[in-house]
Amino acid sequence: MGDLVREVDVAVVGGGPGGYSAGFRCAELGLDTVVVDAGGRLGGVCLHEGCIPSKAYLHVAALMDEAARAPELGVEFGAPRVSLDALRKWKTERVVGKLSRGLASVALRRGVEVIPGRGVFEESRLLRVEGDQPQKIRFAHAVIATGSRPARLPGAALESERIMDSGAALELPEVPARLLVIGGGYIGLEMGMVYAALGSQVTLVEMTDGLLPGVDRDLVQPLARRVEKLFAAVHLGTRVTGLREGGSGIEARLEGRGEERFDRVLVAVGRRAWTDGLGLETTRVRVGQGGIVGVDDRCRTDDPRIYAVGDVTGEPMLAHRAMRQGKVVAEAIAGRPAAFDNVVVPAVVFTDPEVAWCGMSEDEARRAGRAVKVARFPWAASGRAATLGRSDGLTKLMADAESGRVLGVGVVGPGAGELIAEGALAVEAALLAQDVAATIHAHPTLSETFMEAAETFLR
Amino acid sequence: MARTFALPDLGEGLTEAEIVRVLVRDGDVIEEDVPLLEVETDKAQVEIPSPMSGRVEKVHVEPGQTVKVGEALISFADAGDGAGSVAPRGAPSAQAPAPRHAGSAPAPAAPPAAGAPPPPTGTASGTGPVPATPATRRLARELGVNLRAVRGSGPGGRVTDEDVRAAAAGAPAGPGAEAMARPAAVGAEPGAGRLPAAARPLLAVGLEPPALPRFEQWGPVEREPLSHLRRTIAERMTLSAALIPHVTHFDRADITELDALIRRNLEPAQTRGVTLTLTSFLLKAAALALVAHPRFNASLDPAAGEMILKRYCHLGVAMATDRGLIVPVIRDVDRKFLLELARELAALARRVREGKATLEDLRGGTFTLTNIGALGGTGAIPIINYPEVAILGVARARQEPVVRDGQVVPRLMLPLSLTFDHRIADGADGARFASDIVRRLERPDQLLLEL
Repeated sequence: MGDLVREVDVAVVGGGPGGYSAGFRCAELGLDTVVVDAGGRLGGVCLHEGCIPSKAYLHVAALMDEAARAPELGVEFGAPRVSLDALRKWKTERVVGKLSRGLASVALRRGVEVIPGRGVFEESRLLRVEGDQPQKIRFAHAVIATGSRPARLPGAALESERIMDSGAALELPEVPARLLVIGGGYIGLEMGMVYAALGSQVTLVEMTDGLLPGVDRDLVQPLARRVEKLFAAVHLGTRVTGLREGGSGIEARLEGRGEERFDRVLVAVGRRAWTDGLGLETTRVRVGQGGIVGVDDRCRTDDPRIYAVGDVTGEPMLAHRAMRQGKVVAEAIAGRPAAFDNVVVPAVVFTDPEVAWCGMSEDEARRAGRAVKVARFPWAASGRAATLGRSDGLTKLMADAESGRVLGVGVVGPGAGELIAEGALAVEAALLAQDVAATIHAHPTLSETFMEAAETFLR
Repeated sequence: MARTFALPDLGEGLTEAEIVRVLVRDGDVIEEDVPLLEVETDKAQVEIPSPMSGRVEKVHVEPGQTVKVGEALISFADAGDGAGSVAPRGAPSAQAPAPRHAGSAPAPAAPPAAGAPPPPTGTASGTGPVPATPATRRLARELGVNLRAVRGSGPGGRVTDEDVRAAAAGAPAGPGAEAMARPAAVGAEPGAGRLPAAARPLLAVGLEPPALPRFEQWGPVEREPLSHLRRTIAERMTLSAALIPHVTHFDRADITELDALIRRNLEPAQTRGVTLTLTSFLLKAAALALVAHPRFNASLDPAAGEMILKRYCHLGVAMATDRGLIVPVIRDVDRKFLLELARELAALARRVREGKATLEDLRGGTFTLTNIGALGGTGAIPIINYPEVAILGVARARQEPVVRDGQVVPRLMLPLSLTFDHRIADGADGARFASDIVRRLERPDQLLLEL
């Protein structure tokens, strides 16, 4: 058993987007850094069983959808034949594998060692690594980047191979004839669309009265219309109150609807910060409700030597937030005046149509009693949208009624995920609607919808 | 949202400081100007006063830690009233920044006008993020400017880089913009325009030593473990220094006569196998004086409030060895004949040099004699060998010009330093005891009568 004690400047626990961002930046700033990851690799949930695989499959789903629409445009492809093996192989080797190798080579170049194993804190300066290469690491600083795990369905726990979480669903074990998706948030919707494109009859059940709770309704509507057409059924305001094995499938009891049988079930009811077994009780790190690690505006925990980034610090649990926090932490450790003072964390749902938003939503503004003006530009009026045959979109801008400063932006439609970046910049840099309106946007592009929405404020 | 006070620019090219002491705790409600931290820079140790009144939400640093300019030191809880909470409370009179220094410190940027209210912010009342680009926000952090207290002159009330720089340059702006250390301004006339400092209690000194600085930052170092003897000496000296209020009385003895006596008797003593030295005479003189002044031969029992007077006179003789200081003891010095003393002393010294001193050789002492001038020098202040209460140090005897009967004559003068425990004796007692020793040394013929 190794009793080897390694001395480092920075020990990062967890090699996901938050962890590797922190690690790479620390190394760039001249700090001797290691990243401890249970899987012995960089990328985390995002690369291996989350963001990347899901987007790869969603691309394929969109492709199939476009092909299905081609006859309207005068092109016939015929019905697509899907090889799950080839699809999985492409995802694993050409997408995930390629990116994973890329991360490993960056780590090598920057001199960041990736140590396989589970990191457990023994006290505020010492990390024990359990696994194939047991060792102890004495660090000057540590970064907790252990991420999150899919939440379990309360009250209806059942262990079965047919009940999947998002990670298992992305393995694409099979295309079930009937799939139940529990949860109408972004994960449920995205995965539902992938399976629907591949041929499953998807039933989606959501507890609240609408899909994507918390997002402005006018942004969700075009998506909801599409989902209605694509899925076999969408039950809003409905809970799943029981799951049991039945025949060669799962019998699900739906509130107010009795039991229905499905071949597989996807549980997508949220994610929970993960700090179990990390040994944090030996440090001064404060873990709050829901396992969330408390941090200040420099992502430092209550223990002055230990920082935390990413999902483990709570909502919004998004990879890009983790990455920015990782960079802030590296600068903070290196003694620079850094802070996580970002005004916006944009969010994107990669369904078709995509939905994206950043900053204040119309709902939030209303609840805060803030005087805002809202400008909506429907894509029906967009030249580019017409050329794509996709007029089912909307660009929306919220600005301060008095100063015209852009407070929030929302977009629904193909490419919303890319378009939202301009909105994020506008809000982050405190630009005014007139700044956006006065900037020339290329024609014909979907980005013009943003400029057009801003122009309505000048009238 | 908490207000974070970061280490502002220290000037003079200094970029970091080491936290020496943290003077506040999470949850403390403090007033502006109350010292928050003591930090040490390459130039000096200074106090950092609080830039505002309020409740400390979180202390981000700890003693021994090195922080760089711009790093967060302390977060204050938001007072909840937005823009106004940065202002010092109340009227300027008692709160004016008084010069405060724990050592010379670099002259800072001009301190803000005392008590001036902060400018009204140009944006919506202190809620929500302050409109500023990320670059501007970073600039504010670097300059230690609180954005919320800056009036934004940009479109829609946006805070620009210029606004931030103006705030940092001296217009009252926010916590970080204030001078960190407030030393006596170089060249300022004492008392000119300064109000008296508010009284503050002195910090209690605990016996817990503060953390050492990281010496490696100034050059290479090596760590060497202390030997057992060295450690013992270190611990005993620390004990004596900490527990005993030391007073030292200085005197000189004219040993011209004594020296002549020793020379005259060197050969006769040698035939008896004894090397006569000054030390044996010193021991004798000290022992006889101790009998006459028993409190210097005692120990103190503070718990019982008693002096333990010893009816025996065992004197320790400090000897420097290559291993360190060793103090073997000669027993019943008051009762032994001089030659006997000399013989015993020689034997003891030999045993110690050869590393053969026993435990018994080292115990039971009531008073210590130390030769502080063996290797040169004019004197020293010896430290009492706990649990004794006095120690006599003698330096090198020297021919010195002395005035006698109106004439300047050369005499052999021996400097003496008597350190004693002020709890058992006062200055007058010490002076009398020392004079007694001096007299016995200066009149060796009388000394002989007592042998």
